[in-house]
Amino acid sequence: MPREFLVATFADQDALLEAVTTIRAHGFRIYDVYAPFFVEGLDEAMGLRRCRLGFVTAVAAILGLASTMAFQFYAAVFDWPLNVGGKPDNSTLAFVPIAFEMTILCGGVATAAAFLLRTGLFPGAAARLAGPRVTNDTFAIALRWRSSVFDTSEARDLLLASGAIEVRQMTVDL
Amino acid sequence: MMPSVEHAYADRMAGMSTVLRISRNPALTTITEDVARPLDARPGAGWLACFAAALTALSIGIGCVAYEISTGIGVWGLNKTVGWAFDITNFVFWIGIGHAGTLISAILLLLRQQWRTSINRSAEAMTIFAVMCAAIFPLIHMGRPWLAFFVLPYPNSRGPLWVNFRSPLLWDVFAINTYLTISLLFWYIGMIPDFATLRDRAIGGIKKRIYGLLSMGWNGSHRTWSRYETLTTILAGLATPLVISVHSIVSMDFATSVLPGWHTTLFPPYFVAGAVYSGFGMVMTLLILTRRLMHLEAYITHRHLDAMAKVMLFTGSIVAFSYATEFFSAWFSVNPYEQAAIFGRAVGPYAWAFWTMVVCNVLVPQVLWSHRVRAAVPALFVISVLVNVGMWFERFVIIVTSLHQSYLPSSWVMYRPTMIEIGTLIGSFGLFFTCFLLFIRLLPMIAMWEIKASADSVGAGGEQHA
Repeated sequence: MPREFLVATFADQDALLEAVTTIRAHGFRIYDVYAPFFVEGLDEAMGLRRCRLGFVTAVAAILGLASTMAFQFYAAVFDWPLNVGGKPDNSTLAFVPIAFEMTILCGGVATAAAFLLRTGLFPGAAARLAGPRVTNDTFAIALRWRSSVFDTSEARDLLLASGAIEVRQMTVDL
Repeated sequence: MMPSVEHAYADRMAGMSTVLRISRNPALTTITEDVARPLDARPGAGWLACFAAALTALSIGIGCVAYEISTGIGVWGLNKTVGWAFDITNFVFWIGIGHAGTLISAILLLLRQQWRTSINRSAEAMTIFAVMCAAIFPLIHMGRPWLAFFVLPYPNSRGPLWVNFRSPLLWDVFAINTYLTISLLFWYIGMIPDFATLRDRAIGGIKKRIYGLLSMGWNGSHRTWSRYETLTTILAGLATPLVISVHSIVSMDFATSVLPGWHTTLFPPYFVAGAVYSGFGMVMTLLILTRRLMHLEAYITHRHLDAMAKVMLFTGSIVAFSYATEFFSAWFSVNPYEQAAIFGRAVGPYAWAFWTMVVCNVLVPQVLWSHRVRAAVPALFVISVLVNVGMWFERFVIIVTSLHQSYLPSSWVMYRPTMIEIGTLIGSFGLFFTCFLLFIRLLPMIAMWEIKASADSVGAGGEQHA
């Protein structure tokens, strides 16, 4: 669904950071910022909430650990106890390495899956670009443009003053 | 997605009136072009020659493995007590090679080592190909590889009779599979932003479609970048203990047995250090070749080679110390079996293999103390190849010397590999290099976005990327 945006492009990250800070200080809400790499300090400048992917990792890892330990215990003690060199059926310590590997596997795969779900990335997804070069060598700030909500000329001036190379009003799907 | 018609027109008009305005960062453009250029160009003569050699080696391997599977593993020279011989030597060797990739991509990421950025992608690729090569050996060692799924604990019609969870061989199955999965995940996720760059740079056609599919709609949104940064940090945090666990578990295949020379608590750290050591040797070999083949001297600089040489010197010292510790433990234990096994390595029938290992792993790398040697690329290349030879012999010495003369003198034998085994080893190198050469031609072998993030915004190229 294409919507109206005010898109400012930048050539370097310092100008981008400054613009983000300035524009937010003047009460504008930033829709998103586009960059060819992770810009250090932009999280704080944009006021992004701390990423919660770590919780997914923790839950999946603990589930992986617990279920693998439980399964090995069930298989080796209840379902088919085997006498291997006279070792006890419940050789808990010997179950640790596999449980450890499954902890890592579950944690890693679940985190990656959660990332893809949350960010809406999937094979074949259309790339909704703010400009043709934002994945290469330019940076962009996108503001949702609604004539009733903000003063376009003020936003334009602020963006240009903080180093924007050009500011355009675009109807795009972002 | 597209700007509306009147806006597009206005944009074009604006563009015409502002020809002099630079609307992009030239330093970043240079990085994109430098990395993407080899992917567009026709392969050079050097690459084609290497690829032909690799394919030949791979064909030899396929032939040998096909013959082995159709005839039985009796075609190997292991129809005696030395049942692990070449096969597991190669397995441990290849698994070890992979470890440097994870060390560079995960541990150095957590330690915020900026210099890793231009070599991490190829090191990760190396990990994946090395683990693939490693996985082949236990598989073909089964004799009937189509029954390989028996190693998984699935509900079966045999009881269900579960696999033996107490066996280090089964731990290996889980360790290797987890390692391969997490490494693949890490590698692929690291490439998504670069696929997007290539997609937006491609003019059209099949390339744009393929990169479009691979990039999963990445658009450089910082909200995504922010989560991406968290994801890579988490994956690095998971991969770090994983890589240490993998080679520790491989070492337990040996250490939990009661065989003299194997039954030692030293093995896990000793194997992990050896793995990183041989892995860095292989990364060095590959990168020295690649920077020449793909003309990437500005990105893979002398500083990278110097840093890798230092890591090799360090891990090599741990390995040398471990050799000494084995001898000390054997002497100090006053255990005649342990002493026979360990001292027998140096003076017994396989002394030539032992001394090859000592020369390549302990003596040769000592020249890396010299700054002049670390700056000489041909010298580094020779040393890195020798380290790999030495580390292969280390596994050979550990496996063969302990197995060929065990507790029972009546079953003492000499082991000699057959042509089929040697062909299989050559084939694994063929597979590895075929994959790697395809990788440097088809995928962005330098992490563009990481280089861009660490590059000075003043200019591109030269030493500042290091």
